[in-house]
Amino acid sequence: MGPSRSSAEIVAVLLIALFAAWALPQALELFALINATVWVSMAVLAVSLGLIWGFGGILCFGQTAFFGLGGYTYAVASINFGDTTWAVPIALLVPTLVAAALGYLMFYGRISDVYMGVITLTTTLILFKFANSTAGDEWNIGASPLGGFNGIPGTPPLNWPFDPGDQLPPEQIFVVAVLCLALCYAAAKLILRTRFGRVCVAIKENELRAELLGYDVRLHKLALFAIGGFMAGMAGILFANCVFVSPTMFSLSYAGQVIIWVLVGGIGTLVGPVIGCMLIQALTTYAGTLSSVDPNLLLGVVFMLAVVAVPKGLLPTATNLIARLTRRGDA
Amino acid sequence: MDYAVVVALQILSGVATLVIVSLGLAVVFGMMRVINLAHGEFLMLGGYTAILSYGHGANLWLAILVLPPIVVGLIGAVVERLLIRRLYGRMIDTMLATWGLSLAFIGGVTMLFGNSNTGVSAPLGSFEVGRFHVASYDIFLMLAACALSAIVWAVLKLTPAGLIARGTMQNAEMAAALGVAPDRVYAITFSAGAALSGLAGGLIAPVAGVLPTMGTAYIAKAFITVITGGAAMLTGTLVASALLGTVSTVFTFVWTPVFGEVALLVFAIVLLRLLPRGITGRFLRRSL
Repeated sequence: MGPSRSSAEIVAVLLIALFAAWALPQALELFALINATVWVSMAVLAVSLGLIWGFGGILCFGQTAFFGLGGYTYAVASINFGDTTWAVPIALLVPTLVAAALGYLMFYGRISDVYMGVITLTTTLILFKFANSTAGDEWNIGASPLGGFNGIPGTPPLNWPFDPGDQLPPEQIFVVAVLCLALCYAAAKLILRTRFGRVCVAIKENELRAELLGYDVRLHKLALFAIGGFMAGMAGILFANCVFVSPTMFSLSYAGQVIIWVLVGGIGTLVGPVIGCMLIQALTTYAGTLSSVDPNLLLGVVFMLAVVAVPKGLLPTATNLIARLTRRGDA
Repeated sequence: MDYAVVVALQILSGVATLVIVSLGLAVVFGMMRVINLAHGEFLMLGGYTAILSYGHGANLWLAILVLPPIVVGLIGAVVERLLIRRLYGRMIDTMLATWGLSLAFIGGVTMLFGNSNTGVSAPLGSFEVGRFHVASYDIFLMLAACALSAIVWAVLKLTPAGLIARGTMQNAEMAAALGVAPDRVYAITFSAGAALSGLAGGLIAPVAGVLPTMGTAYIAKAFITVITGGAAMLTGTLVASALLGTVSTVFTFVWTPVFGEVALLVFAIVLLRLLPRGITGRFLRRSL
């Protein structure tokens, strides 16, 4: 894929995002709009994993760890400051640093990707347990309780920078979320076009060869992992703005869903994870309305079928199919 | 003095629990290199088998020790036939598919039996150490951990079946050339691992609450233990259990159970940074 086609893709996605940010707040009821914001924040999370897994070969099973850390940091910081201006950068910094520290231990220990999956999964489960056990006053951070199982219900929404009184209404939060998603997508695309991004893809394709060619595999993976942590943290902030932070952000079912989105949408694409995210969210919402089938059961079955039947994901399978059909048309 | 004895017993029982919940995974993951993320759900199914059969009037020891391995072993055989067999050699796909399986089991059991905590009270009562009461069942768990390890060791090391299993895991083609059917060996080994997990679920049912999601509490610990153990699956699992179990129990005593788990994980990650191939990648390399 040449740079021109990739630029065209970026422009197209940005246009779609702008259109969605303009049209959906007018078309949707408030409740549906808040739900849409949740989906968009989840899509940011999906892009973060799509980037590090699909293009860096880093199988992170605990992307929700950074998602939750972003949300919790944002909630705690904004409650303490009474203003979200500085809470946002801090909430982006914390998951990035945690990702860097965890990445240092994993990549510089040269742990193989399978072990990596297990360790990242364990990290998010431990955070889940920890967050669940923080009920009571001894766990207050400044003015903000951590709330244990119940989380922090009164998470303040974003306000205009340096103007705590001027909080954004849900319509504008949705616009912010859509713009964040578009920016993350564009940033990921641009990163992949730099030298750094191409080395990351080379490492994913053949780690030994990249290393023998003189690239520092560990450093590149570490940096990409930290970028993924940053984006996941951003997703967490957005999520905290439309729901509220609670230990479920770290939970196994969320951690599993992120993987499913990327897998169903297509590994090695950035639009695929977003599509996968929207489809699975729609499916989960639908499953939630069924009283006879447990949503976990449905998700698990979809997951197994996806691995066995469409191991490459929907988007690559569909693009292959279209490419084959058009080629047949030419001949 | 009494306090020291009680603490020592607690540490031993922590280690024993770790050995029990990890052994099945050591067989499936340590030997076969199949990443079974549904391991925790095999434990859960074992726990449910124990609780339900006891609730329907089965003898307690039959419900804890006999039925769970049989039921979960059979479930394991079905899972191997339908899912795992399609994915041998595709490690990451196996991991993803078994995760789906784990979610499906959690969902299915929730639908069938509800989301409530059930349990049987621990049998055998307790005995006194000075001013303290110690549950006899903890001692039974320690003995069970020793017995299970001994049985796994004996089967793998002393029986022809164990020899064939170890040989097939090392080099399936060579084993096939010598007239062994690798498919069958894999299927039987996986079922045996599942049966061990089921037995573990039955054994911990009286001390842990039996819930559809109880597996998630053990899966992380079991994987960390087996990974930290390294290539020699039995020795590795035992040594890693001893180390991690001690760290976790000591931190639980000093602080809270949550910090015990956090300490276990952090200790294991740092240990893997120092010994990336696990403990038996460096020490005791020639053991089983």
